[in-house]
Amino acid sequence: MSERTPMIEMRNVSKHFGSVIALSDISMQVYSGEVMCLLGDNGAGKSTLIKTLSGVHKPTHGQMFVDGQEIRFKSPAFALDAGIATVFQDLAMIPLMSITRNFFMGREPTVGWGPLKRVDWKYADRIAMEEMAKIGIDVRDPSQPVGTLSGGERQCVAIARAVYFGAKVLILDEPTSALGVKQASVVLRYIAKARADGLSVIFITHNVHHAFPVANAFTLLSRGGSLGTFRKEDVTREEVLNMMAGGAELENLDAELAEFQRSDQQKKSQVA
Amino acid sequence: MSSNENNQPAAPAAADQDERIQKVSFWKKALNRPELGALAGAVLVLAFFIAASSGTGMFTPAGIINFLEVAAQLGIIATAAALLMIGGEFDLSIGSMIGLAGILIAIPAVEYGWPLWAAILLAFACAGLVGWINGNLVNKTGLPSFIVTLGFLFILRGLAIGVSRLLTGRTQVGGVQEHIPGDWFAALFSGEVATGLFSWMAANGWMATNFAGNPVVSGIPVSIVWWLGLTAVATWVLLCTPYGNWIFASGGDANAARNSGVPVHRVKISLFMFTAFSATIFACIQVMDTGSADTIRGLLKELEAIIAVVIGGALLTGGYGSAIGAALGALIFGMVQMGIFYTGVNTDWFQVFMGVMLLVAVLFNNFMRKKAMEAK
Repeated sequence: MSERTPMIEMRNVSKHFGSVIALSDISMQVYSGEVMCLLGDNGAGKSTLIKTLSGVHKPTHGQMFVDGQEIRFKSPAFALDAGIATVFQDLAMIPLMSITRNFFMGREPTVGWGPLKRVDWKYADRIAMEEMAKIGIDVRDPSQPVGTLSGGERQCVAIARAVYFGAKVLILDEPTSALGVKQASVVLRYIAKARADGLSVIFITHNVHHAFPVANAFTLLSRGGSLGTFRKEDVTREEVLNMMAGGAELENLDAELAEFQRSDQQKKSQVA
Repeated sequence: MSSNENNQPAAPAAADQDERIQKVSFWKKALNRPELGALAGAVLVLAFFIAASSGTGMFTPAGIINFLEVAAQLGIIATAAALLMIGGEFDLSIGSMIGLAGILIAIPAVEYGWPLWAAILLAFACAGLVGWINGNLVNKTGLPSFIVTLGFLFILRGLAIGVSRLLTGRTQVGGVQEHIPGDWFAALFSGEVATGLFSWMAANGWMATNFAGNPVVSGIPVSIVWWLGLTAVATWVLLCTPYGNWIFASGGDANAARNSGVPVHRVKISLFMFTAFSATIFACIQVMDTGSADTIRGLLKELEAIIAVVIGGALLTGGYGSAIGAALGALIFGMVQMGIFYTGVNTDWFQVFMGVMLLVAVLFNNFMRKKAMEAK
């Protein structure tokens, strides 16, 4: 495993915002054909990490490598060019625009030349329909606004768009968090398919039942630092669940709750 | 069992026609276009004035050219304002830019003997700079463009007054006419086109002539050509080019657009520059037409442009609208303004009418957007 070059690697990456240390000394490797699950509580630095990977933020310290090559992203467009596609929670979808216009936003296919260069909407409509059909979503009309699609369908449009444009690394920010059971399974099946096609997927989620079936490894973030990366072979679902919930803190919570209960009883006995 | 099998062949045929698609009528599709409201409004206003102004000369060739010219001048800036509003921003400095551009053309030409083309180029260069500053301020500070351009509304107007008073001691500069003949660049902004066609029509008796035997309408004013040309180009850009898609995306959700690799900042800067350029085109036509520049020209034009754009179906929040809608909005504006004049209604009522039109248009647009977002 260590012989292979990771598709994407972070080495000792830190990110500071003024006096706030949002990320400190994060190292992580994701290989092609693997799903890395990124776990952590609110404020653990998940968002900062994916924004650094996708070129929105520049790391304060540390290096990043894509396919063994060191890279520095000046903007999200550079990350896209390097094959890193991020599907943010807001999906980067514009509800009032059509499926096709959203699908090709920023990368419109053109025909003609000079002042007559124009977007080939016919071709774009066809590709959007085909790509959606590939993942089992039958688009009724590619000119309908994205706002009329369901949450799962929108998520799939966003992922299909990333894959179509040659993503090597797919970063998914809580893609299943707002979805019903059936829609989530559509998205998970698609993640599994992307992995089988040789993509690297970085999958951020809170739901261990979604994470465990598709993940190859788990990285746990806490308060800006990494608590380590665990291969799926080495951990059980319960251990992951415990890690996600922040194990030790849960035990503390139990103790605190017991304390509340005791003081409540004391008050009651005093009143009585 | 056998009866079931008999029913089988019917199933595939039904599957060909997706059962979730109901036949969408032409009208329902048209309802989803932003300019529909404006089109309906224009037809209504047209019908009203045809009925109300019969015999007043509003719909003679001269009358039609009259209200089209009013519509055209507004339409030139409304087209640019529409693209900017679809891109999610406002420009309140358009009106002041018209005043300043006029001064920038007239003073060098009249007072310093510059050739007119050089003075016009100077005005365009300054307009480009103003648009560039507007765009950069909005991008860099993240302040609402409403505030930034409100600042420039005053700055530019003040500059126009200050500069012209400083250099000439007056706020009006006349005498531009004598510089127009022979100037290749000024010719683009002055006079009429298709004059030959109109003479020919008059010669064949298809158009009334005046006492001197010339046609009552000698040609199409150049402003109308600019208006139609700009509207056509803007529509082409919006619907057919990648840049048009970027405008919709920048206005719909700038963050989402940026994350998809759309150069949102460059799009917005170019749109601000385009509104300043459109104000300069307006100023050129006005200065060539009247032969003078005045620092108070273009007062309130920015608001009139916004009214035309909103009547044309654009959303104030950006991401939705059309250039054809803005042109129709300007047409309504021109018809009402001239129609009130022709029908002899006190022109004081014009502003009341435009205000009501604006409110009706906004309510209608909001309603239509909700409709569009419902699953069809």
